[in-house]
Amino acid sequence: MSSETDPVVSLSGAKKYFGAVHALEDGRIDLYAGEAHALVGENGAGKSTLVKIFAGLHRPDAGRLCIEGKEVVFNSPRDAIQSGVAVIYQEPTLFPDLTVAENIFMDRQPQRSFHRIDYRGMNQAARAIFARLEVDLDPTRLALGLSIAEQQIVEIAKSLSLEARVIVMDEPTAALSSVEVDRLFRVAQTLKSSGVAILFISHRLDEVFTLCERVTVMRDGRFVQAAFTTETDEDSLVRAMVGRDVERRSDQVRGVDLKPLLEVEHLTLEGLFADISFSVAAGEVVALSGLVGAGRSEVATAIFGVRRYDYGKVKVGGKPIKRGSPSAAMAAGIGLVPEDRRLQGLVMEQSIARNIAMGSFKSLRRKGLIRSITETRFAADWSVKLQIKYGNLANSVSTLSGGNQQKVVLAKWMSRSPKVLIVDEPTRGIDIGTKAEVHRLILELAKSGVAVLVISSELPEVLNLADRILVMREGRLVGEFDHSEATEEAIIAAATLSKEVKAA
Amino acid sequence: MLQAETFELKDDLHPESGKNHLDIRSFLRWESGLGIVLVASLVIGTLASSQFLSSANFFNIGLSVGDIAIMALPLTLIVISGEIDLSVASTLGLSSSLLGYLWIHGWPIQLILPVVLVVGALLGFINGFLVTKLGLPSLAVTIGTLTLYRGIALILLGSNIVSNFPASYTTIGVTPIPGTPLPWSVGIFLVLALIFGVVAHFTPLGRSIFAIGSNAEAAAYSGIKVKQIKMRLYILSGVICSLAGILFTFRLATAEYDNATGLELNAVSIVLLAGVSIFGGRGTILGVVLAAATVGAIGNALLLANFPQQAMGLIFGGLLLISVFVPNARELALRFKGQLSKGRLVGSHRG
Repeated sequence: MSSETDPVVSLSGAKKYFGAVHALEDGRIDLYAGEAHALVGENGAGKSTLVKIFAGLHRPDAGRLCIEGKEVVFNSPRDAIQSGVAVIYQEPTLFPDLTVAENIFMDRQPQRSFHRIDYRGMNQAARAIFARLEVDLDPTRLALGLSIAEQQIVEIAKSLSLEARVIVMDEPTAALSSVEVDRLFRVAQTLKSSGVAILFISHRLDEVFTLCERVTVMRDGRFVQAAFTTETDEDSLVRAMVGRDVERRSDQVRGVDLKPLLEVEHLTLEGLFADISFSVAAGEVVALSGLVGAGRSEVATAIFGVRRYDYGKVKVGGKPIKRGSPSAAMAAGIGLVPEDRRLQGLVMEQSIARNIAMGSFKSLRRKGLIRSITETRFAADWSVKLQIKYGNLANSVSTLSGGNQQKVVLAKWMSRSPKVLIVDEPTRGIDIGTKAEVHRLILELAKSGVAVLVISSELPEVLNLADRILVMREGRLVGEFDHSEATEEAIIAAATLSKEVKAA
Repeated sequence: MLQAETFELKDDLHPESGKNHLDIRSFLRWESGLGIVLVASLVIGTLASSQFLSSANFFNIGLSVGDIAIMALPLTLIVISGEIDLSVASTLGLSSSLLGYLWIHGWPIQLILPVVLVVGALLGFINGFLVTKLGLPSLAVTIGTLTLYRGIALILLGSNIVSNFPASYTTIGVTPIPGTPLPWSVGIFLVLALIFGVVAHFTPLGRSIFAIGSNAEAAAYSGIKVKQIKMRLYILSGVICSLAGILFTFRLATAEYDNATGLELNAVSIVLLAGVSIFGGRGTILGVVLAAATVGAIGNALLLANFPQQAMGLIFGGLLLISVFVPNARELALRFKGQLSKGRLVGSHRG
């Protein structure tokens, strides 16, 4: 058993302060060769700070970092890499115009005489690494157009070429489809069997149990507990993370034979989705499920009008809506909480107040003019309603945590009292406590008579929220399940199998 | 590595600054800085020449920046929306040429003026069409129309110089607004600035323009008509530049194809000196008013101090660089400090 051996990397008593903010009070973790060690905790628990200490980006204000028993000090990312510690970020940034092999060997290309790059040798070396990882990726192709999953593999290959003994994966699965997660896990298994120690950070607890031997829980910048995954379960991890029990949704079935409020008929956009027809009734929560890339977000953006569609109709309360016009969709009562909060949902450098008011400028006019005070009062009201935690409403929205940012987007739409609200990946990258709040808000909206369409890649979330579940695959609707009959297995089968699954 | 260092910078920034550039206080700081520069240039002007404070001289200052400042107003909104319009001075020039062309062809002036303004709108529409409908980069588009519009002006008027405009109109250019030392162009600028200021800072449209400049995609996802607003800004710019062209023509009492050649850079300078971010999303109309006054006062003070005309570029180029440098100085300083403190930490750890 590897627990008998000494850890490759050991961090203990790490503290990190930013002015008055105590980001890390007591960071500790031991990583062992050939093992994956999960680090879980809510946002703000100190996971990122800990990762940045491993990456050499932060120097801890106190504490010891030992590699193979010897104390080390990382003054820069270069030090970390030279000590054999590599970090794979959620969204790697490769050089898009260079080949995969060039990205792997950036700054240390094998050379021939006169400093010419030995392309053949470089490509062969890259190919050898991919063979070792058992993935099929062409080293000579450009990085441009690689999926996030493939980019992560390239980063892993890069860390292997640097002979990393410790690989830190910072929420690598957050933006991956389940097929891609499986591949990443196979690569991780290969890494483990070759003796690499993995630090794995994820919000998805099922992944922790699939991949990892050990798990450490952090809360409020402090170490809470460490355990073997075989000796603990999801519920006790969640309790340790939030320090209390999380409520689950009571299994009430809501109105079924209500009149449809949002109707989508034969919606088609060549190459992205075809013949999508469904409806959502007032007070109903319908989930649009499927793999990443199945066309779910594309349908949502087409309904909202930021994307034009070729054929079909969108109606609210029986009235058709002009296509390709978000303002027409909004006038009809549709709201969209988009997939990418930072890019589409928020104007990051503008104030919290301004972002909450973003959809309501016209109604905030008094005698034709908007005054900041009106805007701020409006935002303050909604911040209280949604329990948004902020320092000052005039601060930029980028100062908020991910969960509170998402609440700002929700506030922007809820303040318009929409009839139809589409929420795309409402809880991606959000801690468990806030996630429960967002779920509660969505269900309350439905209860108040809003037709809600939820898009989510997390099946527990889909099952938790939806009255009905629609499944998309390759741009088509391929299945529909009632809340009572839906199971994770059935949804996954519909989303991945090529033959149509029909249920009631 | 580059990526890693950016991460670090962001992290160091947040806890220390706590706020961001959008904070109204940082705006006021920029504008009060401009105010100090303005007062300083007034003081230097007064010391340089006893004539500086005379009303005749104020009139001259006004004349020297009035038309450019008018062009800078719509340009400011365009820059805040994240685009640029470098064709402003060529639009002015073409409007001036058209005015002269129609005049020598015997059109009555009451008809010429609206026609010139409509053509100005058309010129702006062409820019807007290329930028919003075809999605071309505004920098390239308006460098193109900068040359194109000047070329059309040359075709219209050739080397003719039209100068027999009725005196009732050309006096506008050389007499102050009754009861003030200000030329008409400055009066029009101030009225327009008031309107632009209210629109930019107190209306849904203004809020939308700032949102578009900060994040056009998020603006579109909030139902803001991004393309329509940009199109209208370009049309507005065309009309206002035509108006500036009319004033310019009457001020000099001449229509020439090369009127105001190169002045687009002066307009851009005023916008940047005003603290408007070249990347969009930030700026105030108050800043533009102060910047225009500052540029006018400094130019005039230097002139009265017998500063060589050829070296004026030195001063204005320097001012422009400072106006780009200062807003970023805090970040640069923080980055520098960050490196130092890292060094200190290493030392304290060893000690």
